[in-house]
Amino acid sequence: MTGTAWAWLVLLFPLLGSIVIALGYRALPQKAAGMIGTAAIGLSFACGIAALISLLGEDADARHHASSLWDYASVAGLDIKLGIYLDQLSIFMVLVVTGVSTLIHLYSYGYMQSDEGYHRFFSYLNFFVFSMLLLVLAGNFVLLIVGWAFVGFASYALISFWYRRETATRAGMKAFVINVVGDIGLVLAAFMIFRELGSFDYGTVFEKAPEVFSVNEWSITAICLLLLVGAFAKSAQLPLHTWLPDAMEGPTPVSSLIHAATMVTAGVYLIARTHVLFALAPTAADISAFIGLATLLVAATIALVMTDLKRAIAYSTMSQIGYMVVGVSIGAYGAGMFHLMTHAFFKALLFMAAGSIIAAMANEQNIDRMGGFAKAMRFTSVTMLCGGLALAAFPLTSGFFSKDEILAYAGARGGMYLIFVVLGYFGAFLTAIYTFRLIFRVLQGEPCAEARELIETGHVAHEAPKNPATGEPEDTDVGFPGPEHHIAEQSAPMRVAMGVLAFLALVGGLVQVPGVDNVIANFLDPAFEGPVLSHVHPSIEWDWIGLAIGGVISLLGIWAAHWLYVANPERPRALEQRLQGLHDFLFHKWYFDEAIDLLVVRPALAIGRFANRTFERFVVDGMVTGTEETVRSAGGIVSRVQNGFVRSYALLLIAGFAGLALYFLLSSS
Amino acid sequence: MEAVVFFVAAIGALGGAIGVIAMRNPFYSVLALIVHLFSLAALFLLLTSAFVAAAQVVVYAGAVMVLYVFVVAYVGGGGESAWEPIPGQRFLAPLLGIALFVELSIAVLGSALKALETHGPDTPNGFGDPAAIGRLLLEKFLLPFEASSILLLLAAVGAIVLAARRQEASS
Amino acid sequence: MNITWYIVLSSLLFATGAVGILLRRSPMVILLCLELMLNAGNLALVAFSRMVGNEQGQVFAVIVMVIAACEVVVGLGLIVAIFRRRLPLNVDDLRELRG
Repeated sequence: MTGTAWAWLVLLFPLLGSIVIALGYRALPQKAAGMIGTAAIGLSFACGIAALISLLGEDADARHHASSLWDYASVAGLDIKLGIYLDQLSIFMVLVVTGVSTLIHLYSYGYMQSDEGYHRFFSYLNFFVFSMLLLVLAGNFVLLIVGWAFVGFASYALISFWYRRETATRAGMKAFVINVVGDIGLVLAAFMIFRELGSFDYGTVFEKAPEVFSVNEWSITAICLLLLVGAFAKSAQLPLHTWLPDAMEGPTPVSSLIHAATMVTAGVYLIARTHVLFALAPTAADISAFIGLATLLVAATIALVMTDLKRAIAYSTMSQIGYMVVGVSIGAYGAGMFHLMTHAFFKALLFMAAGSIIAAMANEQNIDRMGGFAKAMRFTSVTMLCGGLALAAFPLTSGFFSKDEILAYAGARGGMYLIFVVLGYFGAFLTAIYTFRLIFRVLQGEPCAEARELIETGHVAHEAPKNPATGEPEDTDVGFPGPEHHIAEQSAPMRVAMGVLAFLALVGGLVQVPGVDNVIANFLDPAFEGPVLSHVHPSIEWDWIGLAIGGVISLLGIWAAHWLYVANPERPRALEQRLQGLHDFLFHKWYFDEAIDLLVVRPALAIGRFANRTFERFVVDGMVTGTEETVRSAGGIVSRVQNGFVRSYALLLIAGFAGLALYFLLSSS
Repeated sequence: MEAVVFFVAAIGALGGAIGVIAMRNPFYSVLALIVHLFSLAALFLLLTSAFVAAAQVVVYAGAVMVLYVFVVAYVGGGGESAWEPIPGQRFLAPLLGIALFVELSIAVLGSALKALETHGPDTPNGFGDPAAIGRLLLEKFLLPFEASSILLLLAAVGAIVLAARRQEASS
Repeated sequence: MNITWYIVLSSLLFATGAVGILLRRSPMVILLCLELMLNAGNLALVAFSRMVGNEQGQVFAVIVMVIAACEVVVGLGLIVAIFRRRLPLNVDDLRELRG
């Protein structure tokens, strides 16, 4: 079979899985739903591998194919097909998405076992994977937007999964609304592309763009900026990032899959896919890189003071995506995608481990109440440590190789981009600190009550479930979150998934060791052939120097975390009191939520109130009532003609006749 | 000679018409109409339409007017009150009448029908005779003839139904 | 007298009849005015028949007379019926068809 045929199968299996589970939710036993869901994604992964093999069998330059099923809209100059575009970039994303998704499905098989909404969960999760694959495989901008919107919906459905929780539904709405802002940008960009280039199809657009646009023309810059709006909303970069921490209201597998590994990387994929356009608008690319850098730093500082375990990891995600955005904006496409892959491994793993710990804590997410799980939950602690080491770019882990390659590329470009190098390493330093702050707090020290219970009795703590954010009791009449909690130590599927990811987090970087092998770069680079930036390659010596610096910084960061948080138990509190102002500022997330509330939400509400009280009442109602009055009075006048007198009717008749005769006499004379 | 007869008949017709609309007592209006009908019969004779003139006298002035006389005698005839409930009627009606007359006259006088200014073609001797009318009625216009017969029947039946005394209602 | 005179006389009689209908209130008199209008039409028909030279107009006039007779019969029957029910014989008082 051809590569594109395999690609269509990749799309088919998750969709089928979602539909089958959804339709059979009463008939299917719980285990069957989980197995169908996981198998669907597993099959999808297998088809992805088959497509990869078929691609590898071809020439490096010929590894791009478009294939369409049918014409979607063929009118008035539009020619939109239901088509996919299979090249190195899309197959790479397909493999990352399906691979990590399979593991997360496996994890959810165990983790969500006592949840009443089990079938709904797997159906939504499969649908999400389908939409993400659609987004990644789309062959034209219209299908991209379709996939983009579906992914937004899936995210909403999964964030608000426990819909009896008010905080969850509000978080879902917040995520959706901010995503819509991004959608607007993306759609406008697509319209402008169509207007300038006459087509939505990737092949046509990317071929004609260099001919139609000159570098840094205002139209191509506008298109790229609009694309960035879409990318930043989806990837939670400044200033459209406020939805990501709140999205942690969803179940942990959701956070792991959507808000760490896959959906939030859609923005990075978009920038990489439209690299031709960004190469023509270097200004926009630079803006993108700086915003990525800013996000990187802001998120890292906030993660330093976060006390909610999942939210801290969410800010870490935001920060790492900042790295990826920087990577694809400055031209290091291969390096950016490599970091995307390794980040998917270790971030998904971190979330899984966090889920296990939160389950042990009976849904308590505050790290100040946790401690000593290293003794209580061996497996979870080890895997969490693996993930943390990779995140902190500990030497020889996957994160080590991927993160520093981006910074090496920035160094090789020189000039202004050296800022990225310096601040990027500072960000890596902060990353190591906050990661190990979490690890030390959660795993080290005196076991907390729940951990002690685990050590002594082997039972997971079990109280009436409470909403971790507000402390209100959960409404478990419908059964979710489930009454039982599942930790990795007691659930085989969870252990398998976490184990595989831990292995990948540790060794996944070895495919791209500078000077030794260049698997990823060799595979991906032909997809980005063409414009200027592909000529920039850091030399191998600089690569290793960069790696060495990165390794040192990582070790320094781990030592700093230890010094700050572990060595002297009083130090954290003393520091907090000394830097109270800074701590508050960071704790309130740089007051972004408040700023958006002031600048966007309140004016919008004011406009709404104005519309309701004034416009609606006076203008709209006025027009309607006015029309009614006019018609009624006109009708009243006319009805006075019908007075019942026959003679008056006769008068009107003769008058009419006389008038007509007059008209005809005059017109014929 | 012909002009004299014409004018006498015309004045009679007009006088009768004005009498019909002007008299207070309905009985007098009926009498005025009878005068009008006789004048019209004279005018028909002037137009060599003997049969129509005869029919006018016998049927119209004879039978139909007799009906009117009977009904007026039965119903009685009061005058009408002077007050006009419809505003503007008293003023507009004559105005419209004049307008109507003027327009019709202009239409006739200004028409391109040249034959209007003649006396008409020379007609054979039997023009307007009962024989001629009868032949037309039974040959060319047989259908209208039969249809009007049916109409007469219907009218007779209808009148009886309308005016019949109800058995159970008050007399 | 050429035909024009007859036609003008006919239109005058027609207009007179119309004015009468508009002004009088007794149903009897209104019917009489209707007769006036019908006869004016008859006069025009006969005059045109003379102008054209065949008797078809006269046949038409005879049929019109038949129709007038039928209408008078029914109208008078209505008046008798109204009178029998002791309703006022005044067209203005019979005005239930109002809007």
